[in-house]
Amino acid sequence: MQDEFLNGLVESYDYLEKRSSVDWPAVNCPPDRLLEFLKMLRDVRGFDMLSDLTAIDNMDELPRFTVVYHLYDTQKHTLIRVASNCPEGEPPTMPTATGLWAGADWHEREAFDMFGIVFSGHPKLTRILMWDGYPHHPLRKDFPLAGKEVDLPAADVALATKEKVRPAPMAGGPFHSTPGGHMSESEPRGNDESWSEKKEKPSG
Amino acid sequence: MSDSNTVYNYDSKVEGDIIFSRLDAVVNWVRQHSVWPMPMGLACCAIELMAAGGSRFDISRFGMEVMRFSPRQSDCMIVAGTVTYKMSEVVRRIYDQMAAPKWVVAMGACASTGGMYRSYAVLQGVDRIIPVDVYISGCPPRPEALLDGLMTLQKKIGREKSSRKLFTG
Repeated sequence: MQDEFLNGLVESYDYLEKRSSVDWPAVNCPPDRLLEFLKMLRDVRGFDMLSDLTAIDNMDELPRFTVVYHLYDTQKHTLIRVASNCPEGEPPTMPTATGLWAGADWHEREAFDMFGIVFSGHPKLTRILMWDGYPHHPLRKDFPLAGKEVDLPAADVALATKEKVRPAPMAGGPFHSTPGGHMSESEPRGNDESWSEKKEKPSG
Repeated sequence: MSDSNTVYNYDSKVEGDIIFSRLDAVVNWVRQHSVWPMPMGLACCAIELMAAGGSRFDISRFGMEVMRFSPRQSDCMIVAGTVTYKMSEVVRRIYDQMAAPKWVVAMGACASTGGMYRSYAVLQGVDRIIPVDVYISGCPPRPEALLDGLMTLQKKIGREKSSRKLFTG
């Protein structure tokens, strides 16, 4: 039934492409047709709820950024995933979906904060997780997990404490837990714990 | 009527009520047993902090149950949870608003060192922005560990040379 629905959709709208998915129907949609397609899904096909909006950084592939929309039908209880590649260029841009779903507001702010995707037409596109004035977009693949050295959010606190935002000591990390085994073995730890903040990581 | 020229002779009844001590000991004794904590609850440690305040663990047995949510009325900040860089400004500002003498307890792994959050967003230990008196290990620490930490703080207050800076801050 899902295949039928997906095939029908791709036949009716020739700009769509099927997208591989392990669960719900998924399509790729070019960004210039995105809003009209989403509006059609909402008004004609009954996908009345924007369940999630996020982004993917493809790093070395082009186009680099993809925005993903998860739409939910609250009557039939089905989902559809719509992905759209941002056109090349910095910053990557995408038209805002806030006109269709008011709930897109914060999702788009998060995607902007974490990936630097600019949603054109958004009513107030500011950071939502990191502080205003933070210069990086942390979920981009070229941003290290430990972070980069920048100033603290408040200048007076930075002056009083002489502190900065410093890269976190990874000390063999990132820490991760392993499934199964005894708790003492499986709890979060780094792969290589032979070095620490005081003992430098051996080079080479 | 007595005036400034009146000479009092100590009678035995009054002398019996006089205790000789050092000023430090008296001041510290007072401070030690009326610690008013400021609960800086930022993450799951705050749940254990609340448990410590409840009847089962009962922080008031040790004379520090008067949690005040205003920094101006408290003298011990319990930093319970993960301090993000975004929140660090708030933590520092609230610490600055507390009147001296004041103490800080870093409760749990995150407040002490950043804990498991080796991340771009998390301050790696609240001691980078405010002076910490007692660190409590655990993720999160059990309420007993918090009580032990606060009793350790009481002992530390008891050792302070408080009279030297009584009037200077």
